[in-house]
Amino acid sequence: MEITINRKPLDKVTESENEGRQAVHSIKLEQANTTEELPAVFKINELNLWYGQDHALKDIQFTIPEKQVTAIIGPSGCGKSTFIKTLNRMVEMVPSVRMSGEILYRGRNIFDSKYNVEELRTEVGMVFQRPNPFPKSIYENIAYGPKIHGIKNKKVLDEVVEKSLRQAAIWDEVKDRLHENAVGLSGGQQQRLCIARCLAVEPDVILMDEPTSALDPISTLKVEELIQELKKNYSIVIVTHNMQQAARISDKTAFFLNGEVIEFRDTGTLFSTPSDKRTEDYITGRFG
Amino acid sequence: MVVRENFQTQLDDLKNSIVELGKLAEKALRDSIQVLNFQDFDLALEIIENDQRINHLEEEINDTAILLIAKQAPVASDLRKIISAIKISSDVERMADFAVNIAKSTIRIGKTERIKPLEEIAIMADLAIQMLSDAITAYYNEDVVLAKRLADIDDQVDEMYGKTIHELLTIMTKNTELVPQITQLSFICRYIERTADHATNIAESVIYLVKGKRYGLNE
Repeated sequence: MEITINRKPLDKVTESENEGRQAVHSIKLEQANTTEELPAVFKINELNLWYGQDHALKDIQFTIPEKQVTAIIGPSGCGKSTFIKTLNRMVEMVPSVRMSGEILYRGRNIFDSKYNVEELRTEVGMVFQRPNPFPKSIYENIAYGPKIHGIKNKKVLDEVVEKSLRQAAIWDEVKDRLHENAVGLSGGQQQRLCIARCLAVEPDVILMDEPTSALDPISTLKVEELIQELKKNYSIVIVTHNMQQAARISDKTAFFLNGEVIEFRDTGTLFSTPSDKRTEDYITGRFG
Repeated sequence: MVVRENFQTQLDDLKNSIVELGKLAEKALRDSIQVLNFQDFDLALEIIENDQRINHLEEEINDTAILLIAKQAPVASDLRKIISAIKISSDVERMADFAVNIAKSTIRIGKTERIKPLEEIAIMADLAIQMLSDAITAYYNEDVVLAKRLADIDDQVDEMYGKTIHELLTIMTKNTELVPQITQLSFICRYIERTADHATNIAESVIYLVKGKRYGLNE
């Protein structure tokens, strides 16, 4: 039997002409992409920063939401650590620094000459890459901040120490050795102790500069779990080299490159459908 | 040095396996229509036997994809490439199953004189097979325009399916002795129509792969 095929010629369909069929449900994550509805802890407006002649941060502009984890990612030297250090004005300790623009913390410009830096750093605590406990007892490490803030009552201090250590998920491990030297703790425990020390002065925001890069995988996961727990009560900004960590624990992610924010959006969207080719290249490891 | 060259090679291999799977399924479908047209039962048995190879290749593709997810922690377009490979291989494997179904239905009909609408079925089958071929081409080239065009061919197949079934049922009411043959032919029409639907699914996966957005081409 002879079969004749009469295929109807297809109309030339261009992509745009065919738009009628499309976007039945373009990914729901898009809706979560704006931070506008969430209260802001920091609003960064046209922030520029120079180390001498070196233009390290360029027109940074975004908003850090309250009670969320905001991750800052990017290759070495992209300005992410510099950026996080501007949020509590620690960057000013570098002599050659110049800045322009503003950072509003809860609506007040932190660069205002009347702004009290100590007050800012009480509200905006920081945890560093390497655990840096004081060479004192576990108890003294936690009680140090509250004591400086004038708390002398032993009972109140005991309560603060226990509460802080509990919040940092290390209480059970240290409750029987509170008066031993903190230097004897493991690296992962030391880092959680430093987080507890930060919590003891009841901050509003916690800045974390690569808090797990010196820790083993299990300690890293414990700190990550802790961060998830802490965001119920605190706003967290974390700089991390570990992209999977940013993907696992953050709500928002900012991708920095050469001192600029290339993309800032909902973490789920950034890691599934980034909108900028440079973000895509970085997160998929196709850089360079 | 290209960063992640090894991973990129594995992704390319995965893509090539999908293309191979598509070619095998396309051949199975073309053969099944040969079987239908020429009552070639030896070829029918060959299709049934060859389906094992297609099933194995689909399993291999899935295993590779799972290993890549576990070992490479893919994100963004890398992740979409792997997820698309899993979904597309599943669609293609199902299409090859339809070729087997058509071969089996033809054996059930046996060596009898065929009724008229057979030519319509062959045209419909040709459209569906072309859709598979186009879908795989669109996948290989990440060609969104070609992928979207498949929705239009699918509409044609659906229309032909409706008409052919209606014609078959009309013949059946007048010739009750043809009930067994027409039942099988109706099944075959259904298999072809479903083949076209799976090609459209592949087109949707291609668009998701390229754009990261879902499009309902089957609606």
